[in-house]
Amino acid sequence: MLYREAGQFKSTYEADAAVFPLRQDRIGIAVILVLAFVVIPLTGSSFVLSSVMIPILVFSLAAIALNILTGYTGLISLGTAGFMGVGGYACYKLTSAFPGINILVHIALSGVFAAGVGVLFGLPSLRIKGFYLAVATLAAQFFLSWFFIRVPWIYNYNVSGAIEVPTRTLFGVPITGPNATPMARYYVVLGFVVVMTWLASNLVHGRIGRMWMAVRDMDIAAELIGIRLYPTKLLAFAVSSFYCGVAGALMVFLWLGASEADSFNINQSFLILFMVIIGGLGSLIGSFFGAAFIWGLPIAMRVAPEYLGLTINSATVEHLQFMVVGALIIFFLIVEPHGLARLWQIGKQKLRVWPFPY
Amino acid sequence: MDILYQIFIDPFVQMVQVPDLFVQTLWEGLVSGVLYALIALGFVLIFKASGVFNFAQGIMVVFAALTLIGIYTQLRGWGVRPGDLAAFLALFITVGVMFVLAVGVERLMLRPLVNQPDIILFMATFGLTYFLIGLGELVFGGEPKVMIADDLHLPRGSIDLKILGGLVSLQKIDIAAAVIASIMVATLAVFFQRTRIGRALRAVADSHKAALSVGISLEQIWVIVWFAAGIVALATGIMWGARSNVSFALQIIALKALPVLILGGFTSIPGAIVGGVIIGVGEKLGEFYWGPLLGSGIESWLAYFIALAFLLFRPQGLFGERIIERI
Amino acid sequence: MRSPTGNEIAAGEAILSVENVSLAFGGVKAISDVSLDIRKGEIRAIIGPNGAGKTSMLNVINGFYTPQKGRITFKGATRTKMRPHEAALGGIARTFQNVALFRGMTALDNIMTGRSLKMHSNFFWQLLRHGPAMREEVEHRKRVEDIIEFLEIAHIRKVPVGVLPYGLQKRVELGRALAMEPDLLLLDEPMAGMNLEEKEDMSRYVLDVNNFYGTTIALIEHDMGVVMDLSDRVVVLDYGRKIADGTPDEVKANKAVIDAYLGVAH
Repeated sequence: MLYREAGQFKSTYEADAAVFPLRQDRIGIAVILVLAFVVIPLTGSSFVLSSVMIPILVFSLAAIALNILTGYTGLISLGTAGFMGVGGYACYKLTSAFPGINILVHIALSGVFAAGVGVLFGLPSLRIKGFYLAVATLAAQFFLSWFFIRVPWIYNYNVSGAIEVPTRTLFGVPITGPNATPMARYYVVLGFVVVMTWLASNLVHGRIGRMWMAVRDMDIAAELIGIRLYPTKLLAFAVSSFYCGVAGALMVFLWLGASEADSFNINQSFLILFMVIIGGLGSLIGSFFGAAFIWGLPIAMRVAPEYLGLTINSATVEHLQFMVVGALIIFFLIVEPHGLARLWQIGKQKLRVWPFPY
Repeated sequence: MDILYQIFIDPFVQMVQVPDLFVQTLWEGLVSGVLYALIALGFVLIFKASGVFNFAQGIMVVFAALTLIGIYTQLRGWGVRPGDLAAFLALFITVGVMFVLAVGVERLMLRPLVNQPDIILFMATFGLTYFLIGLGELVFGGEPKVMIADDLHLPRGSIDLKILGGLVSLQKIDIAAAVIASIMVATLAVFFQRTRIGRALRAVADSHKAALSVGISLEQIWVIVWFAAGIVALATGIMWGARSNVSFALQIIALKALPVLILGGFTSIPGAIVGGVIIGVGEKLGEFYWGPLLGSGIESWLAYFIALAFLLFRPQGLFGERIIERI
Repeated sequence: MRSPTGNEIAAGEAILSVENVSLAFGGVKAISDVSLDIRKGEIRAIIGPNGAGKTSMLNVINGFYTPQKGRITFKGATRTKMRPHEAALGGIARTFQNVALFRGMTALDNIMTGRSLKMHSNFFWQLLRHGPAMREEVEHRKRVEDIIEFLEIAHIRKVPVGVLPYGLQKRVELGRALAMEPDLLLLDEPMAGMNLEEKEDMSRYVLDVNNFYGTTIALIEHDMGVVMDLSDRVVVLDYGRKIADGTPDEVKANKAVIDAYLGVAH
């Protein structure tokens, strides 16, 4: 009888309209935040922070971006990685040009650049629907991939074609570059992700979220209610691309510390799409589930054979990963098309009535 | 001013001044167009008959080709001689494998997802793609392989035409590919329009429920159509592999079939050829004559922009059906 | 009620008039040279056998289809073509034959989308979900809850509409249309598929909306009993043409109407 709403009465609409109306949910969020901000940095090793938590957080942000566009507004996008790249390279150019301004500002600004590019490629979206829109985003993806290699200005004419991240500090602590500790980087990424998730949640629960979902579910009816399709879709592109851009900047500056030609290719776009499918389309928490799952599965598969006492070579493990991810996508779509987020909701439902079966 | 000249005048001047190079490029475009069309054909088959956009068509091409080579190698390893016997035996077995694949896909993927919205099925084919990539790499290894063109008696060499003041060289294998593609298109077009099964396939594409209610067996139809798409994939894999090696990079190139489908329409079999040729030619000419302006490699995205431009003016493609929204 | 031209439309005057409208799809003539008017405050029924062009007429009125010929005058302003969201801005709302609800959302959210035109808080307040954004959300939530209470669907307001039975879905759809506070409400077969009790409830809602809010209503309906009881005036369409126009009693006795329904060749 832990998780129930009996006895929690709301006396104002404001209280009922809160994002987490149940007390138990609020406690849950508090616990997660404590875990994230206190427990993990203190107990986690460098490996866990650098190679598990930071990537999962960065991908969660990218998955939220794709969710806003595809999950909430129904606009298929295969260009997520490309827009991330815009953010990553924009941040590089900005901080090269204005090294005195704090890197956090640059990261936010690179989101704006990515938003601009996203809107540009979203402009055809009025006349084009469904699969056809996937082509526009593919065009963006392939064009941007090409652009990042062929236009030397973007990587400051560096001979290798790759960029190396310069050292930048916050309150005197290095947070980017070779001297930045995993913990410092982790906190910056965590900060960005927490704030941006909160903002996304606000948007999605209010009138803008409803407009997006209306466009997704039945755009004809949405129009007849007075929702203007084009501005709504463009807004989705802008917000989604902004999130992509920030995720990309975080990826380059706070995770990899570098970027090369292939960092933002079509395969990464697919990967993020899988995160969103498995996590659950149209669910913010699903974005986190999906990212954790897709990122964590290969790690688990690499480590598992040791525990089981088997030796499998790493190439085979990689092939098996592909097969497992592919099979799991089909499995999820059959069993629960709304992904892990729905399973989570069902779990909470069961918890509501526990210990009774229904 | 100078840049305008470079974009709008210069390339055409070049085309006229060195016409044999122009024709050669045109031919190359045609050839790659035919191959795009074959991939698109597989898409159209499945889409036309089941309403599913089979993202895995590209990997099916690779997988079919790899299976063929793999079985051939195994047969030779067991001492089967002469080479062409092994090749055709391998071909026969590979056709069987594609049938088994079709049955597997129907039973494990399509049947559980019947009546789900198309987008779910589309995403399932993403899963299928990744699965086949993993399986292919696991069983056959990731390095590029050489297609067994000789043992399959595919023509070699080229026909060299001394025309237009220069040399235009046409590879015989490419001519063979064009011929085979045309035959396939014609056969399939007739099949869909004239036969009972073809009609049933079109009914299924329109509505699963309605087709079920008139007694059409969805399972049989799906197996047939995925098998047919598998055969087309095999033919494509052989032709493509004969020109350049078979590797997993092919799978990404297969994405180019999307622009082809946009031009030709998702449900038109002849449209696949026309769309393929337009994209292939447009891409090659674009890369050769305008590429140097922008830096090389514009082939990687040009096709999509051509398709995009098309979409803005004619969303249903050249041959596709006009979508009328009724409410 | 003020029309864009500034003239007051009095009760009893035409709020909408359709003049000589013709609509064709390819070779199919859906509407041929039909003229009708709808007076402010009345309940106007549009009836006729299947395929008569009734839904097409509603679609023309709210801008979804553009007629090849003819004009529409709404609240004093005449135009030949109107975009759907302009119709919404002008105060036209409608429900659909095949319930057009947003299946991914709850009943409450569906009705809240009906308030979209009236919610203006800007993007940055929405990001924070605070201040003007929250005040607006609460204010409109109040209005929506009034509608929910009126339609007696409070018990299912947090349920995703996809799982609701058909009758309740239609009620939610009506709620969404009402949330727009329309001047003209177009109802496309609101009673379709309902049992007697549900029809009585729906009829009561329609009448109440007309009486309390003064909303002008145009409805397509097949159930003759409902039509005769609810409507002030009736227009009858057959094969895209108008064959009768008058009070329910006049129309009931009209020979052409009887022939059309009985399928007599005419």
